[in-house]
Order: sequence, then C-alpha cells, then structure tokens
Amino acid sequence: MIWLLCGIIAWVGGWWVNSQMARRPRTRLTALASPILFGLTVIAVWECIVHGLNISPVLLPAPTQIAVTFAASTAILWEDFVQTALKGALSGYVMGCGAAFLIAIAVDRFPFLKRGLLPVGNFVAALPIIGMAPILVMWFGFDWQSKAAVVVVMVFFPMLVNTVQGLQETDAMQRDLMRTYAAGYWKTLLKLRLPAAMPFIFNGLKIATTLALIGAIVAEFFGSPIRGMGFRISTSVGQLSMDLVWAEIVVAALAGSGFYGGVALIEKAVTFWHPSQRGRA
Amino acid sequence: MRNVVPILTVVAAIFVLWYAGAVALNASWAQDKAKRAGVELSFNELVADTWSQEKPKLPAPHQVGAEIWKTTGAMVARGRAFSKRSLIYHSWVTFSSTALGFVLGTVLGIALAIGIVYNRTMDMSVMPWVIASQTIPILAIAPMIIVVLNAVGISGLLPKAMISMYLSFFPVVVGMVKGLRSPGAMQLDQMQTWNASASQSFWKLRLPSSMPYLFTSLKIAMAASLVGAIVGELPTGAVAGLGARLLGGSYYGQTIQIWSALIMAATLAALLVGLIGMIQRITLKRMGMAQ
Repeated sequence: MIWLLCGIIAWVGGWWVNSQMARRPRTRLTALASPILFGLTVIAVWECIVHGLNISPVLLPAPTQIAVTFAASTAILWEDFVQTALKGALSGYVMGCGAAFLIAIAVDRFPFLKRGLLPVGNFVAALPIIGMAPILVMWFGFDWQSKAAVVVVMVFFPMLVNTVQGLQETDAMQRDLMRTYAAGYWKTLLKLRLPAAMPFIFNGLKIATTLALIGAIVAEFFGSPIRGMGFRISTSVGQLSMDLVWAEIVVAALAGSGFYGGVALIEKAVTFWHPSQRGRA
Repeated sequence: MRNVVPILTVVAAIFVLWYAGAVALNASWAQDKAKRAGVELSFNELVADTWSQEKPKLPAPHQVGAEIWKTTGAMVARGRAFSKRSLIYHSWVTFSSTALGFVLGTVLGIALAIGIVYNRTMDMSVMPWVIASQTIPILAIAPMIIVVLNAVGISGLLPKAMISMYLSFFPVVVGMVKGLRSPGAMQLDQMQTWNASASQSFWKLRLPSSMPYLFTSLKIAMAASLVGAIVGELPTGAVAGLGARLLGGSYYGQTIQIWSALIMAATLAALLVGLIGMIQRITLKRMGMAQ
C-alpha cells in the first residue's frame, strides 16, 4: 500500500515539476530536463507498482532488479552486442546503404529505369521484408552473415527510394547555372546534386538504423549461434528469466538510440544549411 | 499511365533475375543428384530440374504460384477455404490481428497527438519519448510480450495486436501532430475573430486540415502493423497465421511454403495499403482537398 502511495506521489510530483517547467520560456535546459524527468518518473512509478502489487518477477521485474542483472552480466551482454549489433546490424547497414546509394546514382542516369524502379521500390519498401529472414538464414547459415544479409535486404529499398528522390531535388535553374559554369556530369553531381540530396539521404539512413537492428535481432529467432541478442531474448523467455531479457532490451535500446543519435549528429554537421536544422540553433 | 511500360520492364527484369537465380542456386543440388544417378545433365535438363525441385534453395516463380493456387483457389473450389491447410485461413488470422492492432494504434496515436498539441507539458516531456520509443527495436521484445500476456491470461488475438499497436501508433502520432499544427496563425486568428470555442476550432479547422497527414501516416502504420502481426506470430508455437507458416516452413526446409506465405503477406500488405489509399482519395475529394 505504501509503495502504491509512493507511486502516485512520484507521478503527481514529477508531472507538477514538469508542468512548472513547461510554463517557463523554452530553453535548452528545460528542453533537455523535462523528457529526462518524465522518464525517471515512469521508472519510479514502475518500481512502485511492481512492489506495491506484488507482481511476480517472472512477469515484470522491477527496474532495480534489471539494473542488478545488467551489472552482473555485462560480459554476456557485451558478447551479444558484438555479435548482433556490430557484426550483424552494422555490417549489413553499411553494405545495404552503400549498395542502395550506388545503385540510386546509377539509376538516376536513366529516366526510364527511374520511372519504373521508383514505384516498385516504394511498393517493396512497404512489404513485410522481415519475412525474408528464414530464407536468408537458410542460404547464409546461422552465423552473422545471414543476419547481415537480412539487414541488407531490409535497408536497401527505403535507402534507394530516398536517394533517388533526393537526387531529383535540384531545379532546372540550379542545373543550368552549373552548366554555365561548364561543369560536367560528375562535377554537377558532386557539387550540386549530392549536397542537395543530403536531407533525403539522411532521412533514409535514419529510417535504416532502426530497421537494421530489428532485422538483425528478428533474424536470430530463425536460427543463430549460441550468442546474440535475439538468441538470448528467445532462450531467456523460455527460461523465464525476464530480468536478463529486460537487460538485453536495455542494451538494444541503448544501441538503437546511440546508432540513431550518431546518424542524426552527422546529419546536423552535413546539412547545417537546411531550414529544419537552422531553426534549432 | 506513362509509367506503365517502365514498371512492367522492371517487374519483368525481376522475374528474369528470379529464374536465373533459381538456376544458379539450385544447380549444385541437381548436379549432385545426377552424379549419384550416374547421368550427365545437358543444359536444358539442368534448367528443367532446377525449376522443379521438391525443396529448392530458391523456388521458381511458377512453383510458388502453383503452391499459392493449391492452398487458396483450389481450396475454395473444394469448398474448404477455411481449412487449416489453406493460406486464406492463415492470412485471415494475420489480418485480424493486424486490423485490431492498427485500430488500437490509430486511436492511441490520435489521442496522444491531441494531447501533445493541446498540452505544453506533454509536448515537452512525452514527445521525445515517443521518438525514442521507436529507436528501440520493439520487435525484439515481441516474444516476451506474448509470453507475459499469455501468463496473465490474455491470449489469442490481443497480444499480437499489442505489438502491431506499438509499431503503428508512432507514424500516426508524428503525422497527426504535424497535421493538427498545420493551420497557420492566420487561420487560427480567423477562428478567434469568429469567437470559436476551443472545441469548435478543433473540429472545424484543426481536424479537417490534418486529414492529408493522417492518411499518409495511416498507410505507413498499416504496413508496420502487418509486420508486427507476422513477427508476433513467430513465438506463439507456430499455430496459425502467416508468421507461423514462415516459421514452420523454415523448420522443415519447405522453401516453397515460405515463399508462398511471403507472397501472401506481400499481397495482403498491398491490398490493405491500397484500401487506405482508396479511402484517402474518396475522403479528400469529398472534402475538396484533392490535388
């Protein structure tokens, strides 16, 4: 009962401080502090509810318990992280996005191909590509190569569509200006069209980050060596050790946010001229 | 219409690549078999064999087509459209959890978006978490959600729908926040000069002007929701649904079954997204917003 009361107090208190903060003019500090405070409030309420309602740790472990497990099994978590995130997701991400980028530039030279490929690519991007996972696991074996292959297939089409769209961003006036400078195809591509396409390319890259991690983890459900985040999650669910599952989720969340944040930072540095970036100086 | 020829060309190229890939990937198995039988395969025989194996590495399109017909059309012809062997039954299972998750996700997304637009505290504290929630590979915890909800006594459709919901609410929130904020200051001022109440300016200005954004995000949400339903079916012990067919096929090496389930899933996705597109066209036309 006391725990539940604490939970209610934590919720009300956190919300009150946040609404106080929201009433002030928006500064960098409040913009950063208020989501953090909200997150902490949710964790506190979670802790209180688990203790207050006596929820079995098999169903929902308390945050403190997850933290203890996390600290105790860093070796396993690191091994899984290397297997899934670095070997599977990251290598597939680089290959898939790189291939899509190059093919987009090649396709861009042929308007005929572009008109045919864009609708098909848009269609394929909406399909449940993740279903390819069992097939690719069959083709490339259980180790990280098959996971990288799944990631390649998953990130390829969103990236392709975004890059092709981005390359069409320049208007006739700008291209004419390049021509008056006597710039050839490659020069125009490098100095005008690629920079103009960057917001789109980064949009594709950002979408691809989340897809990459999902692809690598889900592919492990279809067969994997005895390490990897997906493997650990599915076996730990079987053993009902939910605290390890949650620790694995924390790793996945950290990896996903870090990955996304990294790409977003690069985007900020590369497309500093774009209105959406200039606004938030 | 002028896009038809290029699209058909690309699709034809995909089929050619597919057939060629089937030859390349299945050739070694065909050669092995021929060697054991002690016969030399001519090129024509080799190609014919690679396109008609029982468990090929990559089944040829016509094999997949035949399997799909066998499990849908032929089943219907025999009046057993909803038998457990029919893909229509499995698609229906997947579709029902997709649809339920989609509806739940849309409702949650719109509610959150309204809260974010009208409440500054929510805007500042919840919005960043909505974005952060999607950098977490949520599909990864799909098995856990299903096991936990089963343990609590919730089973069947709802756990799968929860995963679909989690995946589909995000595009709706982002799109609706953008859409509800799309009326400019001038239009909002105009509402004020007409002495419109908050609810009036919501129903008559903000909501209508958010419709184009809503439909665009609904299409994404539907595709995401289908992915969620399929992945949600993986850990349920392969009972029913397209995801279960995928898993079953991968356990027993039934590649043709995997591919037919995959094509069915793709068809389902195309149908559902197309349906929303149609509703979008009709609605926007009636509202006078169609371009």
